[in-house]
Amino acid sequence: MPEKRSAPPGAARHAPVPFWRDIRVLAILSQLVVLGVVVVIGGYLLNNLVTAMDQKGFLPDLGFLGLTAGFEIAEKVIAYAPSDTYADALLVGLLNTLMVSIVGIVLATLLGLLVGIARLSRNWLVSRLALGYVELFRNTPLLVQLFVLYFVVFLQMPPVRESLALPGALYLNQRGVYLPRPELTSSGGPWLLSVVVGVVLAGLAWWLAGRREAAGRPVAGLRVLAISALIGIPVLGWLSVPGGAVSFEAPELARFNIQGGLRFTPEFAALTVGLALYTAAFIAEIIRGGIEAVSKGQREAARAIGLREGQTLRLVVLPQALRVIIPPLTSQYLNLIKNSSLALAIGYADLFNVSRTISEQTGQPVAVIVIVMAIYLVISLITSVLMNFYNRAVQIPER
Amino acid sequence: MTTRHESTEVGPPVTEVGVVGWLRHNLFNGLASSIATIVIATVLVVVGWLLLEWVLFDARWGVITENMRLFLVGLYPQSEIWRVWLTMVALSIVTGLSAGTWRSSALRMMAMMLAAGQLALAFLVVASGLGLVATAALAANALLVIVAMLGAQRHPVGRRWLLLGWLVSAVLTTVLLAGLGGATPLPAVSSNQWGGLLLTILLSVVGIAVSFPFGVALALGRRSKLPVIRLLATAYIELVRAVPLITILFMAALLLPLFLPEGVRIENVLRAMGGIIIFSAAYVAENVRGGLQAIPAGQIEAAQAIGLRSWQCNLYIVLPQALRITIPANVGLFISLLKDTTLVIIIGLLELLGIGRAVLAQPEWLGASFEVYVFVAAVFFVLCYALSQASYRLEKELGVGER
Repeated sequence: MPEKRSAPPGAARHAPVPFWRDIRVLAILSQLVVLGVVVVIGGYLLNNLVTAMDQKGFLPDLGFLGLTAGFEIAEKVIAYAPSDTYADALLVGLLNTLMVSIVGIVLATLLGLLVGIARLSRNWLVSRLALGYVELFRNTPLLVQLFVLYFVVFLQMPPVRESLALPGALYLNQRGVYLPRPELTSSGGPWLLSVVVGVVLAGLAWWLAGRREAAGRPVAGLRVLAISALIGIPVLGWLSVPGGAVSFEAPELARFNIQGGLRFTPEFAALTVGLALYTAAFIAEIIRGGIEAVSKGQREAARAIGLREGQTLRLVVLPQALRVIIPPLTSQYLNLIKNSSLALAIGYADLFNVSRTISEQTGQPVAVIVIVMAIYLVISLITSVLMNFYNRAVQIPER
Repeated sequence: MTTRHESTEVGPPVTEVGVVGWLRHNLFNGLASSIATIVIATVLVVVGWLLLEWVLFDARWGVITENMRLFLVGLYPQSEIWRVWLTMVALSIVTGLSAGTWRSSALRMMAMMLAAGQLALAFLVVASGLGLVATAALAANALLVIVAMLGAQRHPVGRRWLLLGWLVSAVLTTVLLAGLGGATPLPAVSSNQWGGLLLTILLSVVGIAVSFPFGVALALGRRSKLPVIRLLATAYIELVRAVPLITILFMAALLLPLFLPEGVRIENVLRAMGGIIIFSAAYVAENVRGGLQAIPAGQIEAAQAIGLRSWQCNLYIVLPQALRITIPANVGLFISLLKDTTLVIIIGLLELLGIGRAVLAQPEWLGASFEVYVFVAAVFFVLCYALSQASYRLEKELGVGER
């Protein structure tokens, strides 16, 4: 059009970008659209949910948490009776989940470390055996392993009267695994004090050694001192208190049952051992990968400047390997915690199993599953935060 | 010709080379090593002997052979099983053609494994009640994979045709397995009757294939510059990854029907698939995000410099490179998904392990649990181990072409 053509050329250059092509407006608009779509779909689904639940008569309501649970839980860390509330039952389940997870993580880490180092062994048979272990456990479902452990191993143990007695007052039978229960005697207090003193002194000596080492001075004597304080003072304490500080209450085979001692049920034993064996296979590969990731030149350089084998491992290889190891290790720990919910399949009363019972009894599936998911979310977050702290501590500071 | 003086040539000592040298270096390298070797070898021989004795003489393998149909296809009606074999014809041909066309040794390995797997199944079903038709069909399928692969190596098929082939075989699989219903030659088979290995593979393949586009979208969303989109994607991914799969499966089984409008009913298998898709989308997203992060910023800047829009840049520049890098990680995800499908027995579906439990509930097979679990574990082991080896090769192959 002639009018437009007659406009001064400068005006065209400074003409504002129409808003439908302004990238800032578009950014906000597109986000609003996405948010709108999510809200509409979510609202539609939620509306259906509320309608359906209204018809069935169970709108979400947290009031049920205060009601009497009325069911027994076989295994518990804290006192619980059927007369307690649903909230108490959930807490018992949560503590069981945490117990299985912590024991499982400790066992899996130790076994994984062992297998991971065995994978690097120069002995062909040892490294092949470790490889076989890793492949076998990584490539079969955890649930199958749990079923084998529970139904084929722990439930097929001999009946109580024919309990397998292992050295160290260890009994195995259909009802579980029995260990001696450690108990502090009357002189246990003073002994514990000596343990604390030993640990503090050892820590102090170790810290001093670290400072001297950083200054390039010899530290062997201080380290020996630290270790001997750690071991020696509690031993001296033990010898000086009358009649031993800890007594073991050994399980004893009575007529129909095993009396005393520490009992682990077959469910707990199968779940913990199963989780540990499965996760250890993954941890072993992570540890092997971490150690192999430290280049050979680092070792050689360490040897060349005169570090001994142990120092090379402790000061050069491990700090670098840990950097690689920690992040995937964290996700394995998280996997183990999440996998502990398979307890349902073998009847161990973990958080998820307890929550199933509650939601069946109360008719509140939505509320219960949301609570359980929130709890798992919090556990995962806490674990990640803790491992991130540790990860930051082992990171090599870079410029 | 001058002959050499044999006497002047001194070879390396016998103890350093050959069998003896190998043994010295790898098994008896020092005292500790020798003790470890002897102890482990003894234990392995004893355990191996006991295991062999059990496998050959004590195990009641009848529990497997007599229930082979259940283990393979679950409660799929006997008269309709030909549809399962026919599904595999389409898949065999397309897999063979793809492997032949792409000239990737990893893909070729996967195709060979598909052939070997079907051949192994053919042998397994000989002794079962499935009849010789099943054996012949499976053996023919195995042959088809090879023939298609060799054919495509001579005459490569266009990639568009291959894509079309995959889409067609996906549709064909659905139609054949579920049936059309009514008086057609394909009566409907309710998905409640699907089971065994068929269901295991179906759940995991559908899980990874359908969740893939969602995962890519979530990964792009998580890297978006727009805060709302980034927040939504991140929240979804982290929430799903923080909770166990069985809580999601339960939610799908219990709540999915409630989320839908009245009158719409979905079968249990579809609910489980929904749960698995919700779950694996978050994990695919994290894999893809890793791939996206590996693309150097220069690629994106170059795309912007030649005037591509942001969706063009993603579609033509970033995603093709990023997705290629993430293939091994996604194969890894598929392997763990394959193992995780066993969890659907908790919501009452009879996949391979579930069928095993159902078989063990029959009074005549009460004591045979170890046989069943060993068989189920062996099937999973073969599948997962083969896939992980192929993935390892794929990783190396993709690494070679890395620019």
